[in-house]
Amino acid sequence: MLSEKQKLVLIIFLTIAFLSYSVYLYTFLPYKQRKISEQCVKGMDLWQKYNCNACHQVYGLGGYLGPDLTNVYSKRGPEYIAAFLQSGTQIMPKFNFSEDEIKSLLAFLEMMDKSGKADPRTYKINKDGTIEY
Amino acid sequence: MEQLNTEKITTPKLFILSGLFLVVFGLLFGIVGAFQYIIPGLFKEYLSFEKVRPLHVSSVIFWIIITAVGGTWTYILEYTQKKIYSSILIKIQLILFVFTFIAILISYFFGVFGGREYWEFPPLLALPIVLGWVLFIINFIKTIKTIKHHPVYVWMWFTGTVFFLFTFLESYLWIFPYFRNNVVNDMTIQWKSYGSMVGSWNMLIYGCSIYLMDKISGNKAYARSNIAFALYFTGLFNLMFNWGHHIYVLPTHNFIKHISYLVSMTELFIIGRIIYKWNSTLSEAKKNFYRSSYRFLAAADVWIFLNLLLAIMMSIPAINLYTHGTHITVAHTMGTTIGINTMLLLAIAYETLSNSCISFEPYKKLMKSGYWIANFSLFIFWISLIIAGILKSKWQMSTEQIPFAEMKEMLKPYFYSFLIAGTVLATGLIMVIYPLVKNQVLCILNTEGKQIEKTEL
Ligand code: HEC
Ligand code: HEM
Repeated sequence: MLSEKQKLVLIIFLTIAFLSYSVYLYTFLPYKQRKISEQCVKGMDLWQKYNCNACHQVYGLGGYLGPDLTNVYSKRGPEYIAAFLQSGTQIMPKFNFSEDEIKSLLAFLEMMDKSGKADPRTYKINKDGTIEY
Repeated sequence: MEQLNTEKITTPKLFILSGLFLVVFGLLFGIVGAFQYIIPGLFKEYLSFEKVRPLHVSSVIFWIIITAVGGTWTYILEYTQKKIYSSILIKIQLILFVFTFIAILISYFFGVFGGREYWEFPPLLALPIVLGWVLFIINFIKTIKTIKHHPVYVWMWFTGTVFFLFTFLESYLWIFPYFRNNVVNDMTIQWKSYGSMVGSWNMLIYGCSIYLMDKISGNKAYARSNIAFALYFTGLFNLMFNWGHHIYVLPTHNFIKHISYLVSMTELFIIGRIIYKWNSTLSEAKKNFYRSSYRFLAAADVWIFLNLLLAIMMSIPAINLYTHGTHITVAHTMGTTIGINTMLLLAIAYETLSNSCISFEPYKKLMKSGYWIANFSLFIFWISLIIAGILKSKWQMSTEQIPFAEMKEMLKPYFYSFLIAGTVLATGLIMVIYPLVKNQVLCILNTEGKQIEKTEL
């Protein structure tokens, strides 16, 4: 039988490991902070306010009714996206965005696009089951 | 029938009863969402998919959380055989949860969002949930008094409650620009918190299930055995470190991915044990299958096996590359939240809410058919999502640039079977839930003095 003491030691050890891992990640985030433009922050706010994420994914995470938008900016270009946002589609509501709001969303999508590639075809698969970008 | 008692509706039971209302509500919106897959633009003007999805997902997640809390409270009090530390605090906790959940669902109707998975509600509404949870922890610790010499389920309840609070708070770090200013940083922390949060509510639910299993089998030794603790520590280890399997394709630190990959593979130990115990599980099942609550535990066992196999495969980055962003993920999410969480919670609900103000006899057939209907249709539902996912995966990996809309057309037959199986599934679950709810509502309305019978369900 594991003794009471052994169990306590184990749980304390795991908890300390978890907390250290958390603090390490908060301190050394994958990317150094860049200040981002106000327009881009506005875009992020709009993205959340209209819950775009319920129908769209970024990096494959989100709802599944619409396409992944991580790299839509470089794939389609700003004019195409602006047109989509202005008109809506059969499924996507027409949000009646102002000019400025569309600019903000574009700034956000551009920032997203620059953060990396979400296309699974761009990855290389290793023998040990890991993947490489 | 067992002994007569005059037990009144208690606060822990009200948590469970509220959960049952939430799941029915959530099921209806699941069906609406599935219809929107088939009929593009359905209800676009006033109930578009960005409202329906959170209405569905939040309701069912609240069902899971509030019922897990109700089950935990019921069994803590049964286990300690003591009075609760504060019956006021638990009432405040219930009121905070119920009113906040209602406010959240109303905000979705009006299109007011926080807009992040999985908590798509405005961040202010998280405050009363945090407050309710803090009260829960205080009340729990004061009731249980010491953390020494307890069976494994008490450890699970304790870690579940503490880690839920931690991860819930962590999931709001994005409000600080330090985290939010870079999407990769933001998503790394977001999925760190959600990954562990799911593990936390699972701790509560699995703890209750082990308690319930002990109660049914009369075997108190298991919950203090080495194997029970070994499984618990494996679960906790995964709760803490396996969350990176959600973000293999995110360009974040590589070590996060390697750690998660390795840690996720320790779940093979759990699979191994299930296979090793197969025969004894089966004979145990045959003996107890006549009890409703046991039946749900048995169903969850099968779903644990199927979903764990899928989950372990998806935790291998090379396979995840194919399944990520497809409906295979949805099969995994709904497979576990319905097959495992909902089945276990129904077992708990059946056991705790079976004191009756009506006779359950006329409903037994309905409940039994509901059980089988739900499980069979869940299988079709699950397989439909997996097939749709495989097809989407082929599309994602193909070098031809087939348009998104065309790919969705190809998946349509499987969305039809998803919709039909889902509607049947919802019907099955409602058949199971209806008598329980009706009975409890009558118990509440029952003028005092009437005797309540305990029915063997
Ligand atoms: C109700 C679901 C829904 C919501 C909400 C939604 N979209 Fe869409 N969106 C779609 C669908 C579906 C498509 C694909 C076109 C189609 O089939 O209608 C699409 C297409 C797009 C496209 C074009 C993608 C391409 O590659 O052709 C962009 C850009 C886009 N949406 C941006 C947004 C933004 C920004 C928001 C939030 C303000 C948003 N969407 C909210 C459903 C939605
Ligand atoms: C108790 C039962 C259920 C639970 C616990 C449940 C849980 C969930 C969860 C957690 C998600 C989020 C999935 C993800 O992001 O990967 C989800 C999504 C969804 N569920 Fe359910 N679900 C239930 C029943 C149903 C039923 C009966 C239907 C339909 C007939 C349904 C239809 C949907 C749809 C359409 C989505 C959205 C998928 C998307 O993003 O495109 N659900 N459900």
